[in-house]
Amino acid sequence: MKFSKLGVVAVIAVIGVYIRAIYFTPFDALQGPAQKILYVHAPSAWVGLYLAFGLVFITSVLYLWLKDPKLDRVASSSAEVGFVFTSVVLITGPLWAKPIWGAYWTWDARLTLTLFLWFIYAGYIILRGAIDDFEMRARFSAVLGILGALLVPFIHLSVYFFRTMHPMPVLLKPSAPSMPSDMVITLVSAFCALTLLYAWLLHERYLLATERDAALEGRS
Amino acid sequence: MLRAMTELSIQATDLVRNFGTRRAVNGVSLTLVAGDCLALFGPNGAGKTTLLRMLGGLLRPTSGSAAIEGIPLPGSADVRARVGLVSHQTMLYDALTARENVEFSARMYGVQDVRAAADEVLTRLGAASFADVRVRSLSRGMQQRVSVARAIVHSPSVLLADEPFTGLDAAGASALTGMLAALRDSGATIIIVTHNLDEALALCTAAAIMREGRFVRLDRAPIPAREEYTALYRELSVDAA
Amino acid sequence: MPPSTRVAPVHRRAPGFVGSTLAIARKDTLIELRSRSVILSALAFAVLAITIFFFAWDPTAVASIDLAPGVLWVIFTFSGLLGLHRSFGVEQPTRAMDALLAAPVDREAIYLGKLIANLAFVIVVQAISLPAVALLYNVPIGGYMWPLIGVVLLASVGLVAVGTLFSSMAVSTRLAELLLPLLALPFFVPVILPAAQATARLMNGRAVSEVSGYLSILAAFDVVFLVVCTLLYPYTLEQ
Repeated sequence: MKFSKLGVVAVIAVIGVYIRAIYFTPFDALQGPAQKILYVHAPSAWVGLYLAFGLVFITSVLYLWLKDPKLDRVASSSAEVGFVFTSVVLITGPLWAKPIWGAYWTWDARLTLTLFLWFIYAGYIILRGAIDDFEMRARFSAVLGILGALLVPFIHLSVYFFRTMHPMPVLLKPSAPSMPSDMVITLVSAFCALTLLYAWLLHERYLLATERDAALEGRS
Repeated sequence: MLRAMTELSIQATDLVRNFGTRRAVNGVSLTLVAGDCLALFGPNGAGKTTLLRMLGGLLRPTSGSAAIEGIPLPGSADVRARVGLVSHQTMLYDALTARENVEFSARMYGVQDVRAAADEVLTRLGAASFADVRVRSLSRGMQQRVSVARAIVHSPSVLLADEPFTGLDAAGASALTGMLAALRDSGATIIIVTHNLDEALALCTAAAIMREGRFVRLDRAPIPAREEYTALYRELSVDAA
Repeated sequence: MPPSTRVAPVHRRAPGFVGSTLAIARKDTLIELRSRSVILSALAFAVLAITIFFFAWDPTAVASIDLAPGVLWVIFTFSGLLGLHRSFGVEQPTRAMDALLAAPVDREAIYLGKLIANLAFVIVVQAISLPAVALLYNVPIGGYMWPLIGVVLLASVGLVAVGTLFSSMAVSTRLAELLLPLLALPFFVPVILPAAQATARLMNGRAVSEVSGYLSILAAFDVVFLVVCTLLYPYTLEQ
């Protein structure tokens, strides 16, 4: 596989951040080593749940309006990459929760929301696999992409009625981050590194989709 | 209300339709006036059904344009109201009776007196005797009569028929030919997609052969005699395979 | 050709939106009344589910009043899916959808007509399974029947709105009916969750004011998804 410049930067950034996270960032006083999973978990959630899903929504709306196949390629690429990041969130979360909460899974608001976004991503990918016609596949997945994004506030609202025990996102708290600055620096760089990784994977996946469409075009 | 016989009924220019990367219709131009009947032949996958569905307003052309009685397609409800659709699939609800099916169709086209219109058209097509039988228990030939009744209950000025003879026995086919002839004589424009050269050539004022999304031959009356045309058709369509 | 044989003067007046919506709803309901196959299987499913749930739970450990809301909403969800499968399925065998699309009716009217028929279907199943659960689980519902009906109706509109749209999409795909639950169930969660919570609170004798939060979530869901699904429906058709 040929690495683009973006790919090289993204991979180096990711490696650098996680070396720092593992060897040069102190252990959390209460949680011990388990806390370090946060550096994977939180940035993956940012990418999978917000960035990728948001892009799917925007490109889906634009696709129904402009009918440009490029928009469909971006949407489907973002959905696939977002699916991977959301899967990472769902795997790392329970690994952290077992030692800290004493259970792998709880039906907490944030967990449930993430799980259902994962289901919508999965449905999106399966839907695309079940349609042969390009144009119809693009339209149907755009419809699902839009509905899925509109569903998010409702899932949030309805599960909010259960008390949540998920820690407030450290970086989004209105007060100053309640974390040693070493950790904050690592966390912020992890956000940047994984965002770069997402951008690179999205770009590669998009190129693949373009090539595949072109190959199909050439065959017929 | 009387239109001149030369009035344009169907006009298509360079119609193209892609499905994904496959090009089903590749530049079809066609002009038919009121009272014309076009028989459309061609091997499977030649793009006949796609062409018909574009003219019926069911599919958007990828490029090119078409108009029914001067109203551009794909279009408004206004243009769909002028077209009737028949195919080898009856498009009927088999849990409903013949009359209920036709009345439902009449409602969808905004016909004023639904009951009277359904009665009239079912009688005209010789389907009055089984009008209150559920479609499920009718024979294929009877179902096809009901299907034609459903398609013309709103007196369309254009009838698009996609392989209407499929599944009909000889008697059914000749009855259908009679119905279509009567419709043609009443001034409707008809396009029939079919493999039955005999029926279609007897009925039509024009004939076209389609292959790989294009018209490879278009004859206006007088159409070559049946034997000659059969030979032509075989030659042109076997080539494709 | 003499004028007398020309096409009779026609009344080309596109049917009204409400008129065609109701005609489509009426047609679908009539088909269901004739065949009765789906509604009977939905009811059979409901009764079987009530029985199975009863024996799957330990009545000495879980009070039936705690069990009933869950049973009710599981039945509503899955019997609703049965009805939604059928919704665009009735057009499939003879491609009657082509005739509908070729007619001068608005696409939105087709969606809303189907939606009304599906809603009627779901309400019939609920009207039978709700008293059945109350009776067999010995949960008196008389005291709060109207608020409960309100919860059920609000939730049903939301379920049917998204379900009808996904049914239209699913029939055109290779997976057909397999795809419907996969697409629809994640969307059902924000409806079933508040609905089941509200039902449980009502059954436990809480005041109606205590469930108003849930009711407003349901109402908001209904409004948003009715509007958006109606607007998106034309994109689920062949064009």
